[in-house]
Amino acid sequence: MRTSATAATHFERFGLSDEQLVAILRNMLLQRTVDNRGFQLNRQGKVPFALGSEGHEAVQAGAAMAFARGRDILVPYYRDLGLVLGVHYPVIDLLLSMFARGADRAGGRQFPNHFGNRELGIMNISSIIAAHLPHAVGAAYAIRFRGESGRAVLASFGEGATSEGEWHESVNFASVHGLPIVFLCENNEFAISVPQSKQMHVKDVAQKAAGYGIPGEAFDGMDPLLTYDAVHRALERARSGGGPTLLEAKCARFLSHSTDDDDRTYRSREAVKELRKRDPIATYEAVLIANGIVSEADIAELQREVLAITNDATDRAEALPLPEPHELYKNVYGDGDFEPWR
Amino acid sequence: MAIAASTREMNNVEAVRETLHEALVRDDRVLIMGEDVGARGNVFLITKGFLEEFGPQRIIDTPLAEASIVGVAIGMAMEGLRPIAEIQFADFIYPAFNQIVGEAAKTRYRSNGDYTCPLVIRTPYGGGVRGALSHSVSVEALFYHVPGLKILAPSTPADIKGLLTAAIEDPDPVLFLEHKKTYRLVKGPVPDGHFVLPIGKADVKKEGSQLTVVSYGLYAHQALDAARQLESEEVSVEVIDLRSIRPMDRETILDSVRKTRKLLVIHEDNKFGGVGAEIAAMVAEEALFDLDAPIKRLCGPDVPAMGYAITLEEEFMISTERMREAMRDLVNF
Repeated sequence: MRTSATAATHFERFGLSDEQLVAILRNMLLQRTVDNRGFQLNRQGKVPFALGSEGHEAVQAGAAMAFARGRDILVPYYRDLGLVLGVHYPVIDLLLSMFARGADRAGGRQFPNHFGNRELGIMNISSIIAAHLPHAVGAAYAIRFRGESGRAVLASFGEGATSEGEWHESVNFASVHGLPIVFLCENNEFAISVPQSKQMHVKDVAQKAAGYGIPGEAFDGMDPLLTYDAVHRALERARSGGGPTLLEAKCARFLSHSTDDDDRTYRSREAVKELRKRDPIATYEAVLIANGIVSEADIAELQREVLAITNDATDRAEALPLPEPHELYKNVYGDGDFEPWR
Repeated sequence: MAIAASTREMNNVEAVRETLHEALVRDDRVLIMGEDVGARGNVFLITKGFLEEFGPQRIIDTPLAEASIVGVAIGMAMEGLRPIAEIQFADFIYPAFNQIVGEAAKTRYRSNGDYTCPLVIRTPYGGGVRGALSHSVSVEALFYHVPGLKILAPSTPADIKGLLTAAIEDPDPVLFLEHKKTYRLVKGPVPDGHFVLPIGKADVKKEGSQLTVVSYGLYAHQALDAARQLESEEVSVEVIDLRSIRPMDRETILDSVRKTRKLLVIHEDNKFGGVGAEIAAMVAEEALFDLDAPIKRLCGPDVPAMGYAITLEEEFMISTERMREAMRDLVNF
């Protein structure tokens, strides 16, 4: 496994400009702020449910930087706040979804963090683990079918998803057809409460690639630059006809699975405290400061900016109305011929 | 409904084949995927020669994995292709249940129309062919509960062409059921060229005044035979071929029942929770006081499946004679 190269003395920017390096930090900060906002709103009784990605900031910000907006297709899972933010998913849309407002792109139907936006190339997902991966493969097939070179699909999931039959079927189908797709596992070692040791008998998810004859690569997902490099290389390979890659970003889940979960029932506070010592934001900030990319004042300014954006989106979303009850009956079918039978 | 000037006689399997072929020629986005649809040309030879004509990009021999046959097709449909996924036998559809019910049926709804899923899933179903427990089942009742899906089960070559074409051109996921015993048994005229029938319309195959029979698939033919035989006894039976299971043509059924004042539903799928239950409930809700007799259902028995032994298969299947008796009994009620 490739481990962190972001120690100040071994700084490797993988061709990224200063602006891109700062954009990655901004994404991570925005991600955590929006994340915390969801949990705050839940505690305030304003939203029934929230999901967090704390601990996944680096893998998602790094992967998003490798994604080609307007060209590639993203098939995320529900913990991918930073990935969709990095693809310019509007912050207001995240809050509209949390508040289940009528102006939400999905009309207040979907659970929070069940992203989808056709214009941005983000495929819509359900909550059923790994069920989105065959769709990602179908999208990759469509790209190849139309001969669209230079495009690829980035599909992500947690390590628990790799137990599902649809995960295996998807990686297998993509491998057989050499499709332009990158499978990105965000391995935080817990599927709600179940640890990796009860999920699989291998140390690395990336090892599973061998069973499909495709490259597999594990790396430190707490490092956004290592992640960028791995995802960039895999996407370039996919875009140029080299076929699929299985990537595994080793990261951590700092929060409970969701606001409806209590991780004190299955892991100690000490264990979580240990995880938080590897906070990817603090680590990355230190690297950027040590290498003269940003100052502490710059970071404070970024924090003010993302908080203002989040506050503004929160206020605007909260002020908007809920969907009208009759919206329930729309978009069951596309031809509009069928009145729902009540 | 567009009626073509000329027709040709063919059986059901040929009608499926011709319809698929025309769709592949007409629309570059159409592709066929499933087990053995390529080199083998499908186990019933429906797609024989397609691989050579249209190439492996459009005629895909998939890995032997039903969930991804449907799931990958969903992704193709979401990204603008028009996949026709084949499940080799309806009995093998269970691994794909999540993709059909949890995903395809909800793609448009959960995205509020941002993404759509114009997908056809074709599968042969039904018994009477010594198919035993896992090559004989009817699956319509497992899926017709699900809003967001459309389910078609036409029984004649012309209806197959008209409705399969409609399914391929439909903006939503359609489960297209083909009764395998009718594949080579049933023949009829099929309009040439682009022929589309409306989804959601039943067809009155025979008019009558004393009893309404609603059926579909193989039994639509047997019910029609039975009804014609009863004409010599001056028993007048109206036979409706449902064709579309979801959406269901409530109007045609209710109009008929209000005229004949009696209803018999016949289907091969087992009785409990079957399509007949929905039809009976609908008629009871809407037309109870127009009825002169209890609603009757003649259906497959509530056993897990028909056995391989001919005695077990025949016990499961409903003979035309039994249909005739049930019709006569209800008319005489």
